[in-house]
Amino acid sequence: MTERKGISRRGLFGAAGAAVATGVAGYAAHSALASEPSQAADNTGPVEFHGPHQAGITTPVQDRLHFAAFDVTTTSRDDLIALLKEWSAAAALLTAGRDIGQYGAVNGPDEAPPEDTGEAVGLPPARLTITVGFGPSLFDKRFGLAAKRPKALVDLPHFIGDDLDPTRSYGDIAVQACSDDPQVAVHAIRNLARIGFGRVAVRYSQLGFGRTSSTSRAQSTPRNLFGFKDGTANLKLEDADKLEQQVWVQPEDGPDWMVGGSYLVSRRIRMNIEIWDRTSLGEQEGIIGRGKGTGAPLGKADEFDVIDFNAKQADGEPKIPADSHVRLAHPQFNNGAELLRRGYNFVDGSDGLGRLDAGLFFLAYQRDPRKQFIPIQNQLAKSDTMNEYIHHVGSAIFACPPGVTPGTYWGEKLFT
Amino acid sequence: MSTSLPRRAAVLGVVISLGALTACAKDEPAAKDDGTGPVSVKASDSGCDLSRRDVKSGTSTFSVSNGGSKITEFYVYAEGDRVMGEVENIGPGLKRDLIVELPTGKYQAVCKPGMVGDGIRGDLTVTGDAPAQVDEDALLKQATESYQRYINSQVVALEQQTTEFTTAVKAGDLAKAKALFPVARTYYERVEPVAESFGDLDPKIDARVNDVEPGTEWTGFHRIEQGLWVGNTTKGMEKYADQLLTDVKTLVAKAKIVKLTPLQLANGAKELLDEVATGKITGEEDRYSHTDLWDFQANVEGSQAAVQALRPALQTRDTALVTQLDTNFKAVFAAVDKYREGDGFKSYNLTEAEKKALSQVVDGLAEPVSKVAGVIAKK
Ligand SMILES: [Cu+2]
Repeated sequence: MTERKGISRRGLFGAAGAAVATGVAGYAAHSALASEPSQAADNTGPVEFHGPHQAGITTPVQDRLHFAAFDVTTTSRDDLIALLKEWSAAAALLTAGRDIGQYGAVNGPDEAPPEDTGEAVGLPPARLTITVGFGPSLFDKRFGLAAKRPKALVDLPHFIGDDLDPTRSYGDIAVQACSDDPQVAVHAIRNLARIGFGRVAVRYSQLGFGRTSSTSRAQSTPRNLFGFKDGTANLKLEDADKLEQQVWVQPEDGPDWMVGGSYLVSRRIRMNIEIWDRTSLGEQEGIIGRGKGTGAPLGKADEFDVIDFNAKQADGEPKIPADSHVRLAHPQFNNGAELLRRGYNFVDGSDGLGRLDAGLFFLAYQRDPRKQFIPIQNQLAKSDTMNEYIHHVGSAIFACPPGVTPGTYWGEKLFT
Repeated sequence: MSTSLPRRAAVLGVVISLGALTACAKDEPAAKDDGTGPVSVKASDSGCDLSRRDVKSGTSTFSVSNGGSKITEFYVYAEGDRVMGEVENIGPGLKRDLIVELPTGKYQAVCKPGMVGDGIRGDLTVTGDAPAQVDEDALLKQATESYQRYINSQVVALEQQTTEFTTAVKAGDLAKAKALFPVARTYYERVEPVAESFGDLDPKIDARVNDVEPGTEWTGFHRIEQGLWVGNTTKGMEKYADQLLTDVKTLVAKAKIVKLTPLQLANGAKELLDEVATGKITGEEDRYSHTDLWDFQANVEGSQAAVQALRPALQTRDTALVTQLDTNFKAVFAAVDKYREGDGFKSYNLTEAEKKALSQVVDGLAEPVSKVAGVIAKK
């Protein structure tokens, strides 16, 4: 049986045999990939890994997610740096649709376990992106990073109603893998976790499907599990100026190592699906502030019609209720603060009570959570009528460094 | 309480009216018994004896004296346990009157010693002129009036029981305070959607620790609960006891003059079951005392009171729904009954399988209850 050799994914893209080792050697070697023609126009093709910003933030949202938060188990700074180098090298290969390691999934010696776990063999890159962030806990005493902790990387405050499960919250390092193929995203996290064994351990992970927002005007607005269009007013990659204002850390913000990066807040939001489904259409629409069919603001006809918060019904009540989700989350009522959301629906089967363990894995990128997520969420936690139907069970914040340029690794400036 | 508060206000859209409700209990009934005078009810821990079980249509007075050792309640139910009238919280040795308007028909007179369970039931027949035909609007109006009487009786009892509970806390009587905690909450939980409609009062009275706004002091039932069960002492809880009684009194005053629409009744009934499904099934509500089953029962009773107030109107519009509601309410009560212990309930340390069984019957009930609003709204 020799034919199994040679069916690796790299064969699909004609990059014959460019053997790339894991580890530091690989991290240096993979730079050749950068010169390959991009297939980003093909929506199964690869998304460029290198660049001034990490991919997976403004990249048009893929359909699937595998998100993992890791605890660093080594206490050695050098180990941590080596890991980030290996991860960066592996990520460049994974996002290009290649096996990792020198021999990949099937070309290695019979006596050794394959370097790549192999479940993505034969699958296209599926627009895989891998995005990394560092949690506040990484900046404790262990790695000498305390002085480098960004001021904006605050510990999130307790929000009213928070019911956080520590085993679904926090983490030293986050890895967000997004792809149009769930198997490709799972493959990425699985292989990075494997590379990390002994240095990092998975604290929790979350699968997501059905992107719940658009980050590009080319995308239609998807629906969340409440059946409503979500992300209509999201920040879009076409809004270049706004992205500078709201998403990317600017030189004046500091610290240096974060310039061009962004802060990620993740929240596992459990939805009381069964109860929502028993709620009348009128109430559902009033809670959201939009029509369920059209997605239009209440009182308007089209999804993208400008919201008129002053419009009143015949009885004098506002057409968009004062405690509706769209109103409370709108920049007009949040000092202009916006978020770039790229959350995902999740259904982790059912809980032991027979109810769907389902909801929204909320992911939001921003320039400064102190001015964006925290005040917005405080307002929502206090007044949003939707709180009757959701509860926040997981929470984390991460500083996502700027993009990796060829020859460097994730967060290099943090360590130098 | 549920995760957050303001929806209740929005949904119930409570309108405060100064037109106070007719009190349902008055003193000094006439004593003669010629078939028109008051019916005397001798309630005990094991009996519920009525001086007669036939009354004439129109206004009847039931003079209830509690000769037992437990607090009791007395109800007159129409079909489907629709509350025609009730007196709550009759302590041992006390006597209270129920004055109620009863049209011709078959009813049940019920004493509930210990305030729990199906109670001790007997038939009550009302004879006289055939009831006049009432139109649908009149049926809906009766529904809201009937439910408002229910609210009124519940909040009166809430204030009395909270007074006893907080008195026990302040007197340092830990055992008594623990015993009274779920009892006082029963009256709160039965009318929770109404209670929650008063903005800040619900969080002050019923917030769980994680619902508290940063910078705000945690007060109310659950604050004291933590002191009693985790701290195992009443010490330090005195000020919370005072605050709780003050807040409850404010709530009672507001609830007595609340005006509800039929749709609000229907939504309130649904919300009470939502409360069960989110807070009680999981054991989050009473996480220190594990008295969740008391609250569970009370939420379902409150839901039933609201649904059954609408029953005559529902009956003319969707008989099948009424039948289903009756069946499914029975199923839920039967499921909770398994966990009775003494005058109350077992501690909520159920297995996952037991919780799941409860969850299933609640879902089975919540689904038809969620349809009530649509049926009522249909012209
Ligand atoms: Cu509650």
